[in-house]
Amino acid sequence: MTSLNVLVAVCMTYVILLFGVAFAADRLSSTGRTTWLRSPLVYTLSLSIYCTAWTFYGAVGYAARSGLEFVTIYLGPTLVMIGWWWGLRKLVRVGRSQRVTSIADLISSRYGKSNTLAVCVTLLAVIGVTPYIALQLQSITLSFDIFAEADPVSRPGEGSSAFWVAGGLAVFAILFGTRNLDANERHHGVVTAVAIEAVVKLVALLAVGIFVVWGIAGGLGDTLSRIDASEIGVWQVDHGRWATITFLAAAAFVCLPRMFQVMVVENDDERHLRTAAWAFPLYLMLMSLFVVPIAVVGLEIMPKGANPDMFVLTIPLAQGQETLAMLSFLGGFSSATSMVIVAAMALSTMVSNHIVMPIWLNAQGSGASVSGDVRSVVLYARRVSIAAVLALGYFYYRLSGGGAALASIGLIAFAGIAQILPALVGGLFWRGATRTGALVGLTVGFVLWLYTLLLPGMGAGVIAPSVMEDGLFGFSWLRPQALFGIDGLDPMVHSVMWSLSLNTAAFCIASLLSFPSPLERLQGAQFVNVFDHSAGPRGWTGSVAQSEDLMIMSQRIMGAREAQEFFHSEAVAQGSRAYLPEPNPAFLERLERELSGSVGAATAHAMIGQIVGGSSVSVEDLLAVADESAQLLEYSSRLEAKSAELSRTARKLREANEKLTQISLQKDAFLSQISHELRTPMTSIRAFSEILRDTDGLEPVEKTRYATIIHDEALRLTRLLDDLLDLSVLENGQVTLNMGQGRLVDILDRAVATALTGTDRALRVRRHRGAERIALRTDLDRLSQVFINLISNAQKYCDAADPELTITVHDVGGRIVVDLIDNGGGIPLDARKMVFEKFARVSAEKAGGAGLGLAICREIMQRLGGDVSYLSGQEGGAFRVSLPVGMEIAAQ
Amino acid sequence: MSRRLLLIEDEPNIAEAIRFLLTRDGWQVETHEDGADAVEKITAAAPDLVILDVMLPGKSGMDILRELRERVATRDLPVLMLTARGQSRDRDMAEKAGVSRFMTKPFSNAEVLTAVRDLHAQASRP
Repeated sequence: MTSLNVLVAVCMTYVILLFGVAFAADRLSSTGRTTWLRSPLVYTLSLSIYCTAWTFYGAVGYAARSGLEFVTIYLGPTLVMIGWWWGLRKLVRVGRSQRVTSIADLISSRYGKSNTLAVCVTLLAVIGVTPYIALQLQSITLSFDIFAEADPVSRPGEGSSAFWVAGGLAVFAILFGTRNLDANERHHGVVTAVAIEAVVKLVALLAVGIFVVWGIAGGLGDTLSRIDASEIGVWQVDHGRWATITFLAAAAFVCLPRMFQVMVVENDDERHLRTAAWAFPLYLMLMSLFVVPIAVVGLEIMPKGANPDMFVLTIPLAQGQETLAMLSFLGGFSSATSMVIVAAMALSTMVSNHIVMPIWLNAQGSGASVSGDVRSVVLYARRVSIAAVLALGYFYYRLSGGGAALASIGLIAFAGIAQILPALVGGLFWRGATRTGALVGLTVGFVLWLYTLLLPGMGAGVIAPSVMEDGLFGFSWLRPQALFGIDGLDPMVHSVMWSLSLNTAAFCIASLLSFPSPLERLQGAQFVNVFDHSAGPRGWTGSVAQSEDLMIMSQRIMGAREAQEFFHSEAVAQGSRAYLPEPNPAFLERLERELSGSVGAATAHAMIGQIVGGSSVSVEDLLAVADESAQLLEYSSRLEAKSAELSRTARKLREANEKLTQISLQKDAFLSQISHELRTPMTSIRAFSEILRDTDGLEPVEKTRYATIIHDEALRLTRLLDDLLDLSVLENGQVTLNMGQGRLVDILDRAVATALTGTDRALRVRRHRGAERIALRTDLDRLSQVFINLISNAQKYCDAADPELTITVHDVGGRIVVDLIDNGGGIPLDARKMVFEKFARVSAEKAGGAGLGLAICREIMQRLGGDVSYLSGQEGGAFRVSLPVGMEIAAQ
Repeated sequence: MSRRLLLIEDEPNIAEAIRFLLTRDGWQVETHEDGADAVEKITAAAPDLVILDVMLPGKSGMDILRELRERVATRDLPVLMLTARGQSRDRDMAEKAGVSRFMTKPFSNAEVLTAVRDLHAQASRP
């Protein structure tokens, strides 16, 4: 009887051997002599981590319990390898070209580098894989216990072996899984160790099988007849379960983090898949070859109640074949350890990259300030994650008590992991798949899986019996194992059907309803069209079909006509009769240059790359695109500001031009007016002077009269010129004000006297001199000129029989105003606006003025800072002179 | 042969000078100052010749001339137009309106006399 100590020693030796192999392989790969390490055989063998302890031990138990159904576990991956190798090739190509580190990274990367999605997938994987790890620990523990039963002397404490196993696996995974930081660098050591373990478990299982068939059953013929006699041989097929489990196995084969790790991340060469496509199914076939014989023989010869899950180990033991039992034990041990190590590595990469690092970076404050120390942090996070994953598995094992049949836990985990499938496959083949769709689908699938399979599977107590019987909240259609009233199905089939179909439906609908971000679209195109992008030699290459796409794109950027001209001239330059040029590298280079003028170099490169391929769009490209967009945005906003400014300037110019035109018209009118005003007195002067000169025998009275006319008209002319000059000076602002102090009453006295001197018509002026005693500081002469003009206007134009002018002084709103109101007919309403304009004359009557007086008054008052206006609402002609604020010094 | 002349001019001194000149030349001169009723005045007076100022209160000389030319009775009436604005645009406008002779102020007395005699001679010719 092999003692437990020997067993432990063998185990230790085996593990040390693996350590040695892994170490040597790592050394070899670092020196570059890795040819045989990179053989397709090693790749195929590493895929065998699909066959865990569950497969090694559990398949026999499965067969013993459910007959041939165990075949489905092998059938799924076989179908994938043979029937879907092209899909796997795409997955591997995407994984390599995008440098993904895990399935969570792949999903996140596909959907616009969404970390939310990565976290979801990571959590799903951890929840799905933890029971699986527990399962491995359990199987190792069980096999230990079987040896221990036979050796009561050194019986270990309950569960302590599981603890030591978990600890040892953690150390192994940490040592070889986190040697180098970049997860994309292959872990040659681990992969080689896994390959050796694959050989060991195959050899062990085949050895046990051969021993059973030829050592116990007495040859092939006898074995077959025994199988025929047993229940297992009866071909019982539950189509639903068969299809479901085959599908689950296939899905898990693609989606399991550890499978992704060996198949995609550790893949050295895409061509290895070609070998694996036939070699791996062969391996699976060999692994399943003796399952049924072992189960049949085991059921026959082993005592009732023996655990069929352990037949592989217990049959040789019972037959006293200790060496074979030891080999079998090592096979199971290999299956368990290889799976646990790779799974822990894969999960730890996901956990540290998507959960620990983001949290750590956040805790550090701004990500930009992180120093070069990140490497050690990442490694540390990964090591802690490995330990945590294994600890989780260990605790799950301890808590679950290790009672449930191995296979059922495995299938439950498969169903959980399969929830990733819609997002994965959709992401690879459907450009319309969006981040929202993936999130919604995953959530729906995960929740349904949890509710319909995982929680009910954990046994009574996790979900209350009332919920199982009557549904959640008493809704019978919410019963975990009979959703929506679909009753009577196998719980597994039921759960997979609902979770995956609703997952897929939610994924599709949400994808269709949501709009992907630019990054998502870019990544989507990269993934779906991965073969267009990464195949072929470096540099731009393409077909004429791509020329059309390029043309369509270019038209959008360069404008339709320019693009057509450019393409046509390129086609002509190539000597082609076709309208579109051959997309040869030279043409593509010129097109890129042409486009980069409009959208920036990085964008142009990315766009052509999108259509022609030959280079994948890297994060640097994207950042450059973003930079360019920002620059373009800024540039366009500057242009916008510029154009706004230009249109403002244009408006100002237009206004100025209108003003100039108006001024020019006014000037013409003014000149015309001046001409008229000057020529009229000159006409009289000339006419009468000619009369005086040419006419003989004029009466002296006539002579005097005509001479007087000439004299008056000359004076009129002089006055006119004076006024014009005065106005011109005032308007040009060249006037210098002669500031002085004086009293309003004195100014008015002088103005009245001046205005009325030498006039024939009498005008009575009424004043209230008391109110006029206001001291002013202003240009006294100019102010009095205003009053003179206004008073003489009243004198000239007041049409009352007994003309009278009333001058009053008020305080209006803090300003001193002087109102001059006569008792005449006043100025007609429509003419009031005009009276202050030059040459404006209200009546037809000539009074010797040129119509400049009021214009001059207005100019003077504006210079002085006051105002003069027509005062409406009075009986006769009325003007108001507002003295400027601050003009008066003090009231006396 | 009658030599009746209507002078439409709002500037009294100019009107007096022209009246003096033409009266001595044998014309019977009547003056009118307002533009508004000038057409009616001319039609009523039916003079042999009209001297018309352009800038008149009430209605401009140009408008008066156009109205005269629209009427049968005054269509061929000789009109001597005087203007103080003196721009070529005014001359063009006047000629378009059918002026007989156009003169710019200040004029020489001899010119006015010659123009009036010429116009009258033309009008009297059969």
